[in-house]
Amino acid sequence: MEILYASEVLLNGLMAGVMYSLVALGFVLIYKASGVFNYAQGVMALFAAMTLVGIMEGRVPFAHLINAAFGIHVSSFGWTVPAIIGIALTALVMVGLAIAVEKLVLKHLVGQEPIILFMATIGLAWFLEGLGDVMWGADVKVLDVGLPQGISDRVEAATNAWFGYGFFIDRLDIWATVIAAALVAALVGFSQYTKQGRAMRAVADDHQAALSVGISLQFIWIMVWSIAGFVALVAGIMWGTKSGVQFSLSLIALKALPVLMLGGFTSIPGAIVGGLIIGMGEKLFEYFIGPMVGGATENWFAYVLALIFLVFRPQGLFGERIIERV
Amino acid sequence: MDLNPAAAAQDVTPPVGRQSGPVIMDLKNITLRFGGVVAIKDISFDIREGEIRAIIGPNGAGKSSMLNVISGFYVPQQGEIWFDGHKRGPMRPYQVARLGIARTFQNIALFDGMSVLDNIMTGRLNMMTAPLWSQALWWGRAEREEVENREEVERIIDFLEIQNIRKTPVGRLPYGLKKRVELARALAAQPRILLLDEPMAGMNVEEKEDMCRFILDVNDEFGTTIALIEHDMGVVMDLSDRVVVMDYGRKIGDGTPDEVRANPDVISAYLGVVQE
Repeated sequence: MEILYASEVLLNGLMAGVMYSLVALGFVLIYKASGVFNYAQGVMALFAAMTLVGIMEGRVPFAHLINAAFGIHVSSFGWTVPAIIGIALTALVMVGLAIAVEKLVLKHLVGQEPIILFMATIGLAWFLEGLGDVMWGADVKVLDVGLPQGISDRVEAATNAWFGYGFFIDRLDIWATVIAAALVAALVGFSQYTKQGRAMRAVADDHQAALSVGISLQFIWIMVWSIAGFVALVAGIMWGTKSGVQFSLSLIALKALPVLMLGGFTSIPGAIVGGLIIGMGEKLFEYFIGPMVGGATENWFAYVLALIFLVFRPQGLFGERIIERV
Repeated sequence: MDLNPAAAAQDVTPPVGRQSGPVIMDLKNITLRFGGVVAIKDISFDIREGEIRAIIGPNGAGKSSMLNVISGFYVPQQGEIWFDGHKRGPMRPYQVARLGIARTFQNIALFDGMSVLDNIMTGRLNMMTAPLWSQALWWGRAEREEVENREEVERIIDFLEIQNIRKTPVGRLPYGLKKRVELARALAAQPRILLLDEPMAGMNVEEKEDMCRFILDVNDEFGTTIALIEHDMGVVMDLSDRVVVMDYGRKIGDGTPDEVRANPDVISAYLGVVQE
């Protein structure tokens, strides 16, 4: 019984890890392609989720501003939009955001130190945060794109029949796993086998060389930020469905950090494996060790694990080894 | 040299009996300034189709700046660049590359994380036009394209004798081989003009000889027009059809190696003789 319960915890941990991986993926993509640690990735997920809810519920963007400016009271168009169209429209908004970021921020910072770019993304994070609130209101929103939630009866029945103990598995977690797997397969296929993917890797490696073979940096940056925006949208949908669309959603980025330290900042598989290890580790740690130290270990366990990792493998599990030639 | 005979036959350019074709690039009165510093002062010269054109000069003469102007990395404040009979407006480097002007760099700019093969394949990125989905699924036009481009790349790999390092990540290669891979990547684009920025810098004698041979072979077999910068005077005089000599941003000589060698301005610039 004990072992069964532990494996249930393990399984849930793995699937929680997938949710972390979804966020970490966005970081890896941008870091790989432009060497920028995009602090705004978490807020991008929040912004995407807010926009999706706003579009689906037919909310009027900037309603507060419009009402204040014209002395009227509008809040809704009075229609609702199906999830699939809402997702497509939100993806377009994220592409628009990518173009704006390139034109207004990145373009002017070409060749600057990475720390400057990092600072710029911090600014971007707070700007987006505010923009989201102004556009769609700061209230806690419910996001329902039709993903199933709650205990999976089938898994419970099956495990009950096999082991005499029903596993509690959230159907949303199962979906998250499937979607994450599809997303990773698509991303790997894209970056390994397509011309644009090859160009993206080229830009990540050397800007000058990329220019000399006819690659437009601008185009690649917009593309990468669009993809990162799309990944943020997926993460936003999953987390938003799970815990509501609210400010705390942007803090999931903090959960992605230890995942990145563990998996390496430059590896897509690393983001996945790192997420799984963190998710699994923190659940098991809480289960076995938690009671001895008074619980609430999930808040800090991931960071401690990541720090220990930093000591032994600073480049992460799958990161590129840093070899300094002297 | 084991070269695909069919491909060689395809090449319509006659074996170059050191007779160059029409002017393919004409630079007129180029002036380039960085703030108050004048890097290039009112320089004009042309490059003819099929020739090897060298730009030489002492350190800081503005040779690399000149190459960067041609490849679009620098935009000159004054002057006109005519390419293939058309005046070229201000362009970004990637647009210039798409026109068919490929280059290598003085301090090697390769994609260290990728294999040699992938590096060279990037040279052909702009020749792939299959839609994204087709590329991702490896189906239809994309597959055909990839195979065609791969064949071309393999031909260049054979040509430059780097078969044995095809799959090696470039970051691990020694300096001399990196230079060769960079040349291969530039060649893969089948450029109208190939710009080489100090292709032999930092090489030992043997590597220099190899590189010389490759440059001559490329010019012979593919009929590629080449403009190069080089410090080593001996090498330049052996390789090139015509030489531009620069000093302090000015052009002080232009002509065949023999003419240039006899030019008193050139002699004084190189030997530091003060002319009375």
